[in-house]
Amino acid sequence: MDSMMNWLQEYQEMIYVVILMIFLGIEVIGRVPSVLHTPLMSGANAIHGVVIIGAIIVMGQADANNWLALVLGFLAVLLGTLNVVGGFVVTDRMLEMFKAKKSK
Amino acid sequence: MEMSLLTISYLFASITFILGLKMLSHPASARNGNRLAALGMAIAIFATIFLYESDGKKLGNLIWIFAALILGTVVGTLAAKKVKMTAMPQMVSLFNGMGGACAALISVVEYNHLLHVQEPATSTLAIIFGGLIIGSVSFSGSMIAWGKLDGRVKDFVFKGQHIFNLGLLFFIVALATYRIAWHGEIWMMYIILVASLLYGIFFVLPIGGADMPVVISLLNSFTGVAAAFGGFLYGNKAMLTGGILVGAAGTLLTILMCKAMNRSLMHVLIGSFGQTSAASLSGAASVGGSHKEVTLSDAAMMMSYAQRVVIVPGYGLAVAQAQHACHELEKILIDKGVDVTYAIHPVAGRMPGHMNVLLAEADVAYEQLVEMEAANELFPQTDVVLILGANDVVNPAAKTDPSSPIYGMPILDVELAKQVIVNKRSMKPGYAGIENELFYKPKTSMLFGDAKKVLQDLVAEIKSM
Repeated sequence: MDSMMNWLQEYQEMIYVVILMIFLGIEVIGRVPSVLHTPLMSGANAIHGVVIIGAIIVMGQADANNWLALVLGFLAVLLGTLNVVGGFVVTDRMLEMFKAKKSK
Repeated sequence: MEMSLLTISYLFASITFILGLKMLSHPASARNGNRLAALGMAIAIFATIFLYESDGKKLGNLIWIFAALILGTVVGTLAAKKVKMTAMPQMVSLFNGMGGACAALISVVEYNHLLHVQEPATSTLAIIFGGLIIGSVSFSGSMIAWGKLDGRVKDFVFKGQHIFNLGLLFFIVALATYRIAWHGEIWMMYIILVASLLYGIFFVLPIGGADMPVVISLLNSFTGVAAAFGGFLYGNKAMLTGGILVGAAGTLLTILMCKAMNRSLMHVLIGSFGQTSAASLSGAASVGGSHKEVTLSDAAMMMSYAQRVVIVPGYGLAVAQAQHACHELEKILIDKGVDVTYAIHPVAGRMPGHMNVLLAEADVAYEQLVEMEAANELFPQTDVVLILGANDVVNPAAKTDPSSPIYGMPILDVELAKQVIVNKRSMKPGYAGIENELFYKPKTSMLFGDAKKVLQDLVAEIKSM
């Protein structure tokens, strides 16, 4: 019980953020028209690529002699970049088509 | 000073994520929303590289980091630019898997890194294992989803698979709990990693192809949660907000998709699709009867003298890349004074909105696309319905046959129209693997062939009339 309390104390700010973000995430996309479901999923997919920040930190803190950490870290940054860049570019491509139609 | 600049960068990034997602939910602002989020992401990445400090030490290995960033940017951009619009769902799944793998790798490296010093605190371990398990499941699950949509992986069900999956999940949670709370062996992490990867595979394998969009959306929100664990690990608010935002929004999107198909998430998850479809396949023989074919010139005639034609696009249109040919046909019919509308089922194609994206690519006007409810009101006053490679979304079994796996799914009531022309490549059942009695109805005539070829021929035929 004590450790639970300590944990809540230690992470209380983060827990607030989590709870607010859950409601915000639901609220923000609550009224999305079904036309935009695919681009929205793709855009959200790119946003969770923010995990790359963790990969960069891991990579940057890796010991220069620790090859395993370097290789795994390199892979993590690489995959994270693929997620971010690929995700945003694919979404942009999808939305480009909506725009072309709009200008007509 | 620099630390606060980093904090501001993360705050800015978090705001762009929220605004970006908000703008993505409106057609007019969607593109800018995506770009805004991308800008925030770029700032967060570069701020991390140059400003992040831990115990007064800046990040090292910058050459490696930049090499990975550049390589990833080049490959990611090329892949995203080259992919065909029809293969979009697979691509999203693939990128999602990359993010999951990234989260899992962070946990692996950080686990070993921290253990070099001492056994980390219980809460830290719990966070590391959370990211590891969810990230791995998301990675291997996304790979299978990608393989399935790409036709590389077949549905695979074995007896007692649900029990096996539950057992595997229980094993993972139990072992992780033991490792965290009772300081189990260090190598247990690798067992958990492998078991989580396996779970992802067995989790997605039995789920039918038609449910894949739901699964991708769900795995998308998984990766969001995995990213949020990373946020907890580093006390990083950009990762936390981005991750949880996607986790929550992704879950809602998953539920919205399930609703559109009138299926409960539970049913999708335990993979009832794969099981029941086999059962109803055997019963499908009773559908039987004979179908009648229509010639190209008859079909052309029917449509050009109709008052109203409703086109129902499906995955067949997407694989044949026939969206431009379809737009051609629509234009020539409109020139003849025919009222042409597209009826878009919420789950037509492989993803909600898939057809809208494709037709938008071919410059089909937004006003001509109507959603299911509006279309169903239109059908009684429609002379000809042209079904292009759609199957399950017009299958009356969803209304009449309680044993059908799609029973209860709302469908387009094309039967209310005077004539139905179905373009398919053959009489083979659709993606859900079930027969469609619509094809044997007296109103229905079949027009076999590749959608693009058939549409081009129809256009030529109407022109020559």
